[in-house]
Amino acid sequence: MVWSIKNMSDIATLQRVLSSSKTIAVVGLSADWYRPSYFAAKYMQEHGYKVIPVNPKYQEILGEKCYPDLASIPCKVDIVDVFRKSEDALPIAKEAVAIGAKHLWLQIGVINEEASELAKKSGLTVVMNRCVKIEYARLFGGLHWFGVNTRIITARKQIPKP
Amino acid sequence: MTDHVYGFDTLCLHSGQIPDSDTGSRAVPIYQTTSYVFDTPEEAASLFNLQTFGNVYTRLSNPTVAVLEERVAALENGRAAVAVGSGMAAQMIALLNICEAGDEIVAAKTLYGGTHTQLNVNFRKLGINTIFVDSDDPENFARAITSKTKVLYAETLGNPSLNILDIEAVSKIANQAGLPLFIDNTFASPYLCRPFEWGAAISIHSATKFLGGHGTTMGGVVVESGKFPWDNGNFSTMTQPSPGYHGVRFYETFGDFGFTMKCRMEGLRTFGPTLSPFNAFLLLQGVETLPLRMDRHCSNALAVAKHLEAHDKVAWVNYPRLKSSQSYELGQKYLPKGAGAVLTFGIKGGAAAGKKFIESVQFLSHLANIGDAKSLVIHPASTTHRQLSEQEQIDCGVPPDLIRLSVGLETLEDILWDIDQALSQT
Repeated sequence: MVWSIKNMSDIATLQRVLSSSKTIAVVGLSADWYRPSYFAAKYMQEHGYKVIPVNPKYQEILGEKCYPDLASIPCKVDIVDVFRKSEDALPIAKEAVAIGAKHLWLQIGVINEEASELAKKSGLTVVMNRCVKIEYARLFGGLHWFGVNTRIITARKQIPKP
Repeated sequence: MTDHVYGFDTLCLHSGQIPDSDTGSRAVPIYQTTSYVFDTPEEAASLFNLQTFGNVYTRLSNPTVAVLEERVAALENGRAAVAVGSGMAAQMIALLNICEAGDEIVAAKTLYGGTHTQLNVNFRKLGINTIFVDSDDPENFARAITSKTKVLYAETLGNPSLNILDIEAVSKIANQAGLPLFIDNTFASPYLCRPFEWGAAISIHSATKFLGGHGTTMGGVVVESGKFPWDNGNFSTMTQPSPGYHGVRFYETFGDFGFTMKCRMEGLRTFGPTLSPFNAFLLLQGVETLPLRMDRHCSNALAVAKHLEAHDKVAWVNYPRLKSSQSYELGQKYLPKGAGAVLTFGIKGGAAAGKKFIESVQFLSHLANIGDAKSLVIHPASTTHRQLSEQEQIDCGVPPDLIRLSVGLETLEDILWDIDQALSQT
């Protein structure tokens, strides 16, 4: 697996996606506390987002009712965040379009150009091969405590959290 | 819309610091603290689990040290960095991150004496064996790789032989074997050379030298490119649950900064070579002026090298920018802005004449360091490389008459004057 800066969305787009969103449906969320999906979802929940777990294996994760698929979610979803194999991303992108989600976010290692193109054509913002938690921490504070090159250059005080 | 790409000089001044929201302090604050209060027991648990980003204990992370880490990562155009108490600690933490008993390292034989000893003596005691090769022929690395090899290790510029590594060729050999190339980039600094542009996976610095630049502070930095595929089957320690940190899989969880997170949560946490916040602050002051200093180091060093080459008491001069240097061509490729501050030479009359020279200099400082703003001079065979046998010294590129100069930022005419008056006494 190789990460590339070329795949990286620009800072303004990421800020817009994260600032304008309140609800994140996490597809493939695990209930195991040490799994990356659990790490990320718990973090976003702690930072004020409503996390909606999507995984047919569970009833409830992180105190939230878990749905078997995106179509079963009764409320509005801003971000569809995908923790699944790259090849599974296309049907999820179709579902995300169908439920009227605003943004499709494919996590680190989830790379699917077809899914990305389909979602973009329907007007969704697409972020690919990035972690929602890491990007949130990069833009709104936290990641810079661990020596990561955030590429944030500013003489303004800390960026206000969304 | 694409993000603005900032120039190197801007990164030297700004990377890593967002002015803090409470005070607006323009200078980087020194967080001279061991520990950080938790809001709730739940928050504490999340921090220990690495589920949230934050500070727990300065052995692992510190906001002042973090500015230095991010700044050096930005200068190397890497993904992330971790800072430690010295350059020796940096290479130890980096190598032990992926090497264990039974593994092998293939390293250039012209490494700095302390590094050579760390690999040849201390790592061997841990069961990690190093094969030293003549790095001037990149194919020697390929010949030494076995199924046990975990990493190739070399310096941008050998110390003190000043042979330049063909980084691109050695990277290619490493990557074909599914191995990372680690480069000690101390002598070049990221201003003169950025090893990731030539395929290296990890860059290591003794920040004590040019990054700090003023001879005040020890420090080391490990930078990762973020481009090495640690899941290629050769690095189970990066992909399998960590027994040292409650089963975290560092590559899966942190992706392209998994290597430095592992250095931090395993290496720094259990071996403990932490950089002090105050030292990070001093190193940051140095980094701010790195480009200006490196330009002057390079121009003064080239002038000194040419002067020595023309001097009738000097037997030989080695500086990669001289046409007579065996590394001249590689220098044009890898160090286009200049070949750094360090040059070596021998005086007619051998080691005895060299000793007399060092006794006779007026303001060139006789000490065991490089990269200070001041000019420094030393006789490596009797000092930095003293622990090696004479044959090992010669293998490392240290003949008995070799004098090493780290040319500083003083007025050039004064540096030449001091050299001339000392040479006249030999």
